[in-house]
Amino acid sequence: MTTVALKPATMAQALTRALRDAMAADPTVHVMGEDVGTLGGVFRVTDGLAKEFGDDRCTDTPLAEAGILGTAVGMAMYGLRPVVEMQFDAFAYPAFEQLISHVSRMRNRTRGAMPLPITVRVPYGGGIGGVEHHSDSSEAYYMATPGLHVVTPATVADAYGLLRAAIASDDPVVFLEPKRLYWSKDSWNPDEPSPVEPIGRAVVRRSGRSATLITYGPSVPVCLEAAEAARAEGWDLEVVDLRSLVPFDDDTVAASVRRTGRAVVVHESGGYGGPGGEIAARVTERCFHHLEAPVLRVAGFDIPYPPPMLERHHLPGVDRILDAVGRLQWEAES
Amino acid sequence: MTVMEQRGAYRPSPPPAWQPRTDPAPLLPDAEPYRVLGTEAAAKADPALLRRLYAELVRGRRYNAQATALTKQGRLAVYPSSTGQEACEVAAALALEERDWLFPSYRDTLAAVARGLDPVQALTLLRGDWHTGYDPHEHRVAPLCTPLATQLPHAVGLAHAARLKGDDVVALAMVGDGGSSEGDFHEALNFAAVWQAPVVFLVQNNGFAISVPLAKQTAAPSLAHKAVGYGMPGRLVDGNDAAAVHEVLRAAIRHAREGGGPTLIEAITYRVDAHTNADDATRYRGDAEVEAWRAHDPIALLEHELTERHLIDDDGIRHASEAAEAMAADLRERMNQDPVLDPMDLFAHVYAEPTPQLREQQALLAAELAAEQEGGHR
Repeated sequence: MTTVALKPATMAQALTRALRDAMAADPTVHVMGEDVGTLGGVFRVTDGLAKEFGDDRCTDTPLAEAGILGTAVGMAMYGLRPVVEMQFDAFAYPAFEQLISHVSRMRNRTRGAMPLPITVRVPYGGGIGGVEHHSDSSEAYYMATPGLHVVTPATVADAYGLLRAAIASDDPVVFLEPKRLYWSKDSWNPDEPSPVEPIGRAVVRRSGRSATLITYGPSVPVCLEAAEAARAEGWDLEVVDLRSLVPFDDDTVAASVRRTGRAVVVHESGGYGGPGGEIAARVTERCFHHLEAPVLRVAGFDIPYPPPMLERHHLPGVDRILDAVGRLQWEAES
Repeated sequence: MTVMEQRGAYRPSPPPAWQPRTDPAPLLPDAEPYRVLGTEAAAKADPALLRRLYAELVRGRRYNAQATALTKQGRLAVYPSSTGQEACEVAAALALEERDWLFPSYRDTLAAVARGLDPVQALTLLRGDWHTGYDPHEHRVAPLCTPLATQLPHAVGLAHAARLKGDDVVALAMVGDGGSSEGDFHEALNFAAVWQAPVVFLVQNNGFAISVPLAKQTAAPSLAHKAVGYGMPGRLVDGNDAAAVHEVLRAAIRHAREGGGPTLIEAITYRVDAHTNADDATRYRGDAEVEAWRAHDPIALLEHELTERHLIDDDGIRHASEAAEAMAADLRERMNQDPVLDPMDLFAHVYAEPTPQLREQQALLAAELAAEQEGGHR
């Protein structure tokens, strides 16, 4: 067996590769959206697909998100497997009626006769200096809609594996791509791509004994950085990357918190009505007798996404995470 | 070099060449809604088709009456009647080939039934025992759609997909005058025209969106004129003239089938009943208006044509009426049986496989049901 040298690749490249491999493996996979054809997408994730598979497989649509998702519904009704690109998080809102009233519930409405295997790719989150309407964390809206899977990768390998799984899923999947990780690099072998990851499994990114940081997507690298910095304070932090917000991997999360006895949920999305509230409740319900302190949340503020020159104050950073860890009632231990 | 520095050297240049992308003239609807019954065109209509349309209209009217009666008996949660609009409903179903697809709105139960759907299954949504009571693939009828105009892009996508696969399939999407104000109406028509998808849009302009008249809905010359803005032909038809609606639909479907792209058809009709059994139409319209439309009734129009031309006799009329009564009796009997419900179905089709979270909730409901079985509530 030859050892293939691992090369650094970006998350964007891994996503492109996943789309390409899915299209090559399954002729019913169709990519559609704004600027996904000739341009290759504003983030270049669909680069080269129109050239390789033709305009009918990778289609530049009119600029209308409800129309894009609505026509994708019809295509899926006829047996195709559309992969829709919403150009930015906040540009996906016009498609909400199609997503909520049809995509999420067509299988249920028809007692399983008409499943809709649609993947909706949404670049999301901040940290890229985007102006208004380009940096929203919209995951709570999707999580609150029964019938959707909601997935978000944090690593190059997961970007590939989870996108392949999303496209292969017979259920609709909202695939949230952390914009600021598009250019993050990782050693990854594009000739032997990572396996297709089953949707719904969290992973422990860093093992630790003192407390668990529960996070996902763009906040995973921040939490890993915080965990490194925490060593100086004498804390050995575990980092759980959820990867899938729906379904939620209660087992992995609860097992971690039972080991550490303390937990902080970290995400960019606002705290009020955000994913962290649900996660904290689930952890408390399952781990109450193991908890040494209340589950805390480190979230974006409950404000409209700030202008780029102020966004660093909004986004959960290492210091805010460490401050939260410091509030986990350590004095009770001594 | 700045403009100031260029002064003297600069020669004004005309803008790059521009021309309209499509000649709008052939796309414009006719000045008058197209009619067949009572005109010279009627002589060319196929008598067998006219008799079939008649039988379906009579059956459809009876279906509307029976369904409305079932709401009063508490057997249906609600029924949006298409009484007065049967010509559009029936012609839509009959104009399609079996391989084609129909995309109905919530008022189009009749079109679905005329297409072959079981009359009871078609009422599942309105009875309230499930959402869609039929497998859409069986008769190629999409689920009856409640959020207005949202089914239109589905029809476009399905037609587009069929064409990509090389299948000879046309989609017919039905919507009302109110629905034409929705954003999805615009997006669907735009996508259809850009993609030249084999799809036909039938707008039943029945005068009202619940209580709001067309004048408050649009300032367009007609709804059919909207087609021109998308680069597709717009057609106007008398929506109470079943032969005319059928002919215009057939032509548009043929045009789509042959690769000519989409057509927007506006059928001028009238909602004789209230919006639903829960609505009071006297609050927003007068009897005179309703009576004027009753005088232009789709069944009376066609029956008059058929009898005048001796294409049907009293036996034929009686036969159509008896067939409708038999359908109504069967509908009554079957709708008077309580549907068998399994509450556990609530979890069965949310996902291909229930999530762990749903499994927990499933277990909770199962325990509640078991406790109920064992005798009463806690």
